[in-house]
Amino acid sequence: MIEFEHVRKRFGDHVVIDDLSLRVEDGEFFVLVGPSGSGKSTLLRTVNRLVHVDAGCVRVDGEDVATRNVETLRRGIGYAIQSVGLFPHRTVAENIATVPRLLRWPEADIRARVDELIALLRLDGMAERYPHTLSGGQQQRVGVARALAARPRIVLMDEPFGALDPLTRESLQGSLKAIQRDMGTTILFVTHDMDEAFGLGDRVGLMLDGGLVQVGKPLELLHAPADERVRDFVGGTRARLRELAVRTVGENMRRGEQAEGEPVDAGTTLQEALGAMLTQGRDRLPVHEHGQAVGAIVLVDLVARGA
Amino acid sequence: MRVFAPFAVLVLLLLGLPHVGGWFHAWQPELTHPLYTRTSFLSLTLAHLGLVVAATSVAVAIGLGLGIVATRPAGRSLLPTVRAVAVIGQTVPPVAVLAIAVPLLGFGAAPTLLALVLYGVLPVLGQTVAGLDQVPADALHAADGMGYGRWRRLLDVELPLAAGPVMAGVRLSAIVGVGTATIGSAVGATTLGSPIVEGLVGNNPAYVVQGALLVGALALTVDAVLAALERRVRRQT
Repeated sequence: MIEFEHVRKRFGDHVVIDDLSLRVEDGEFFVLVGPSGSGKSTLLRTVNRLVHVDAGCVRVDGEDVATRNVETLRRGIGYAIQSVGLFPHRTVAENIATVPRLLRWPEADIRARVDELIALLRLDGMAERYPHTLSGGQQQRVGVARALAARPRIVLMDEPFGALDPLTRESLQGSLKAIQRDMGTTILFVTHDMDEAFGLGDRVGLMLDGGLVQVGKPLELLHAPADERVRDFVGGTRARLRELAVRTVGENMRRGEQAEGEPVDAGTTLQEALGAMLTQGRDRLPVHEHGQAVGAIVLVDLVARGA
Repeated sequence: MRVFAPFAVLVLLLLGLPHVGGWFHAWQPELTHPLYTRTSFLSLTLAHLGLVVAATSVAVAIGLGLGIVATRPAGRSLLPTVRAVAVIGQTVPPVAVLAIAVPLLGFGAAPTLLALVLYGVLPVLGQTVAGLDQVPADALHAADGMGYGRWRRLLDVELPLAAGPVMAGVRLSAIVGVGTATIGSAVGATTLGSPIVEGLVGNNPAYVVQGALLVGALALTVDAVLAALERRVRRQT
């Protein structure tokens, strides 16, 4: 659990965070979204004390971070950044082992954990390679693996997928979301990309000029924007397209009905279902769940849904 | 191969020079002693190398230490001063250092060591600062975020990543040392400069050539060994 209580921060005359309060629950995937300069990265860094707050307090699991030993605090919190910051003189395996080494885990445990993460993040065969021989996407996978290595209960991520191409980004977002669900990790994630925020976040906090304008589930921001600024940021007419990426086929299908064509899975998003309809030139498609036909998804329902 | 060739030349000179007095006699028939025999070439070479190794070690310790201090947040303001002092050390001619040092330290190896150390610090210091400055900022940011302490970060991340440039400084420092140590013979240190100085004073060009050949071969050997070490260090970064 991460709590921000009346946090303020200024750099010189510039107010970066203005009396901000927020509570991120255990096991939650919370995304801070906002334009550059809105203070979201600064807020993130107050958690592991890379930034010191001027006023207010930040608590991790009920304890004020200012009272903790800074190295112990940081070793207990995963941290991944857009520029990755892999150590160029260390192999992939050594990079991943960084925090467990700092925590003096037994060598056998470290090796087992590294193998586990290499499999989890699909880095097979790269353990002994050096970072400069990897692609951007592979480097970022190593960065994520390194952040997760010591099984931190809290992970901070600052635009970790910002520099990647869309396909690689999507695949990494999928991996991250799955890992987060499996391990119950609390993730505080910063991005300026609305689609990324709505795709990943259990809750999303929209930050503008150092303050949180609205906090809520992705659909709440889409359906009930708190004000004009939120409406602009979530994208006007594009908001409806974003909504398709948040809703799943399962909760919008007509159970028991039938349809012709290549089936879609109940767990996929409406966006993918719409794509399948466009590809196949049909306005209804069969829906499968665990390989069984359970219903149909219909184009008019997609159009009618929403605000 | 790159290490072997200069070393082979040095060994060949050490083994061969004592036997080719006839050649030098043929070249300079009027010389009564065409071959330097006061001390063996091998012991001159070892003494020379010993001086250089000792002086370079001290210079590396000082240069590396100052370079580290000057790149810490608290020491940044010292950087211009540290650099200025080191540059002044470099601009004073070695003969002048010896002239000042002899009254204080007496004749022999001590003033030579002092001169060599003064000369050796700057390259190491400059390269240490340059090397530490070019460590990627994102790697340092990540290291901080993961909970490295200052010392741990210096030892585990910064110094390994700066090792290439630092080794280049060590190499330069040692090469300058091999050349400069020759002058130490003017104040009584036993080095490969002894035949050169004696040859110049006693009008014996054969001695000068013998000393110069050996100094040259030694410099190339030291350079080749340290260059190989530098390549190995850089390969790991």
